[in-house]
Amino acid sequence: METTEKQNKLKLWVSALLPVFLLIILLFVFLKFGPLGVFKSSVPPIEVAFIQRVAFSPEHITLEVFNDGPEPVTIAQVMVNGAYWKFDMEQSKTLNPLEKGKIDIFYPWLDGDFEKITLISRNGVTFEKEIEVATLTPTFNFFYFKTFVLLGIYVGVIPVLLGLLWFPFLKMLRGRWYMFLLSLTIGLLVFLGFDALSESMGLIGSLPQAFNGIGILVIGFLLAVLTLSAVSYETQHYTKDKGEHYQALIWGYLIALGIGLHNLGEGLAIGSAYAVGEIALGSLLVIGFMVHNVTEGVAIVAPLTRAHKQIGNFLLHLVMMGLLAGIPTILGALVGGFSYSAVLGVFFLAIGAGAIFDVAFDIINQMAKGNWLSIFTVTNVLGFLTGLLIMYATGFLVLG
Amino acid sequence: MLETQKAIQKKIRLPLLALFLIVGFLLFRLFMPDNAAAQESPEYQKLKQIAKDYCSDPTSTDSRCLKSFEDLKNSGNSKSSHFQKLQATAQEQFGIIGEYTSEDFDAMQYLTTWNFNNLPQEERKKLYKESRLPDGKTLREYWIFAEDKEIEIAPGVFFPAWTYNGQVPAPTIRATEGDRIRIHFTNKGTKPHTMHFHGIHNASMDGAMTEDFVYPGKSFTYEFEAEPFGVHLFHCHSVPIKQHISKGLYGAYIVDPKNDTRIKPDRELVMVMNAFDTNFDEENEVYAVNSKAFYYALNPIKVKKDELIRIYLINIVEFDPINSFHLHATFFDEYRTGTRLEPNAYTDIVSMVQGERSIIDVRFKYSGMYMFHAHVSEFTELGWMGFFEVVE
Repeated sequence: METTEKQNKLKLWVSALLPVFLLIILLFVFLKFGPLGVFKSSVPPIEVAFIQRVAFSPEHITLEVFNDGPEPVTIAQVMVNGAYWKFDMEQSKTLNPLEKGKIDIFYPWLDGDFEKITLISRNGVTFEKEIEVATLTPTFNFFYFKTFVLLGIYVGVIPVLLGLLWFPFLKMLRGRWYMFLLSLTIGLLVFLGFDALSESMGLIGSLPQAFNGIGILVIGFLLAVLTLSAVSYETQHYTKDKGEHYQALIWGYLIALGIGLHNLGEGLAIGSAYAVGEIALGSLLVIGFMVHNVTEGVAIVAPLTRAHKQIGNFLLHLVMMGLLAGIPTILGALVGGFSYSAVLGVFFLAIGAGAIFDVAFDIINQMAKGNWLSIFTVTNVLGFLTGLLIMYATGFLVLG
Repeated sequence: MLETQKAIQKKIRLPLLALFLIVGFLLFRLFMPDNAAAQESPEYQKLKQIAKDYCSDPTSTDSRCLKSFEDLKNSGNSKSSHFQKLQATAQEQFGIIGEYTSEDFDAMQYLTTWNFNNLPQEERKKLYKESRLPDGKTLREYWIFAEDKEIEIAPGVFFPAWTYNGQVPAPTIRATEGDRIRIHFTNKGTKPHTMHFHGIHNASMDGAMTEDFVYPGKSFTYEFEAEPFGVHLFHCHSVPIKQHISKGLYGAYIVDPKNDTRIKPDRELVMVMNAFDTNFDEENEVYAVNSKAFYYALNPIKVKKDELIRIYLINIVEFDPINSFHLHATFFDEYRTGTRLEPNAYTDIVSMVQGERSIIDVRFKYSGMYMFHAHVSEFTELGWMGFFEVVE
């Protein structure tokens, strides 16, 4: 009895490892004896390099270059605005695949001007980066720290807390109007979800190809959806007995979390765009973001309007939710401003989108109570569309 | 009821706290190591040094430093010595970096080389032969071959060129008016090539029609009389022409007048203004005179004060409609195309379209370093700039 079990186990292991073993042998043979003359590359080497980040300090420009091609790249010369300029490169001028390098150039750049940087490889291949508006890149100091913290507070925390102030009004809504409110929330969420997705996709374009941005997006998105679904499934038996108000509270937090992640991504994008001079953060733009994000506060409180009486310390919960949704903007803005990487932007925006879609689906599911067609009442559809339109309309305030 | 509420509160508080902690921890874990590294990196130290250098008070904090920088910029006042030091550093960095490593084309030697006069007698005989025809005329025979070759056009930047005799520009062909020129041309390259001369010749020697194309491995002999006198050029005329020219198939062809009444020059220099499109987007990345960007800036051309210098200047730049030659601190006689013995202009700048050329006669009145460059500043800063070093 035991021996057969052992044999079975052995079989299992052998059957699992055999293909791996064969693959290793194949690779060995391939590398050792050559690919039988077929796959020898006859085209010239494809050099690919990517300028990931440009930092400006007085009379000085620093570039971060990433080799995302299959071949080593040697940077032979550097052009700034169509003129050759000497440069300094840490360690070697040759970057191996997936290697990152830093290039220092002393150049009399002009504040507020367009700057174009071109790298020329040994083989004459050029890699370009254009900066629309050159400005001094923030370094670690209190002034910029303050700037980005305030930016995060204005864009994230204040609007969400303002949105929460609608609670007294919203809780008075009854019956159809409550359903209208829930639908409106779903509308807001769906719009926000698509917004986060499209921002994430937009950032993929600014990633080196080797990073496979769409992969990061898919992983982030599904990670959020599946994690949240698994958590709610595993805790189902626990929450069931606690009643509807408990469910509402969880929704509130989930929405806040989803919006928080979205705002983290948004903060990253704003912070970095500000730091690299892609946008000028005028007060109008900040105000636009504020008004736009007030709707996020509404989305958080909507599911709680019926449950508030059963939940103790309700005000505390509201504040916590507001902070959960808003504070990530500060973190995002700080990180984006000082050490931005588009990878983080893509990832967090995708997670945010996943979380938002997940909670939107949860609310719909709850509204349907098993009968899916029943949710398509005129009230609900109008509420949903109103939610979309509010987001769309306030979006005009953010013409960055 | 109250009990349940409190229970819920308690239960939810802990996970919430944990959530905040986890998110906070993750974020710091993700971003802090980078920043710590950035603070210690040589680049950060360098930036710090720059900030310090710039600030009038070296003990001031970074933010005050940057603020005073902005104040300066806003007031347009750049008299601060620290800022001037930075500006000077940036100004000094203009130009290319590194040194030319390939030895096979000597741009300095090219200036004074024609009819392979740079080669030892034995080697020269294989490529150039001078003899007398029965009618008393001089016959000049050349052996020219087309060849694909990688050439260095800026330090560390290599261009897959098509060449005549392995060099860009091609070896200079020079004859006297009325001489017989015979060119034994062999195509050792990979595309059909020709040699199309600017000059007066029979249509069958024009090297421009499809039937004139010399295919890889094939040969052709061009023969014609050297006329008219002046500074001319030859280039490949296979199609696509702009490709065959921009890849490097061109050279200087000089015909000296039989009876030259001008003063004999003390020094003669051949200069071909050319450019290279290294990424093949039909825009040039590198401009030069005689192929190597900034070569004569790194290695100034040495001449003597008051001596007569004759420059044979040719423009072959592809993709840009105009090019020019400007010489500092002196004026010169310009003989357009070199076909008359009287100068057309006394000037310090010559503008040329592709294929245009001129003879320039110049003397330097003072010793010192004198810049010459295209007065298309764009070309200048992309390599077309050099110096004359005038000595007593």
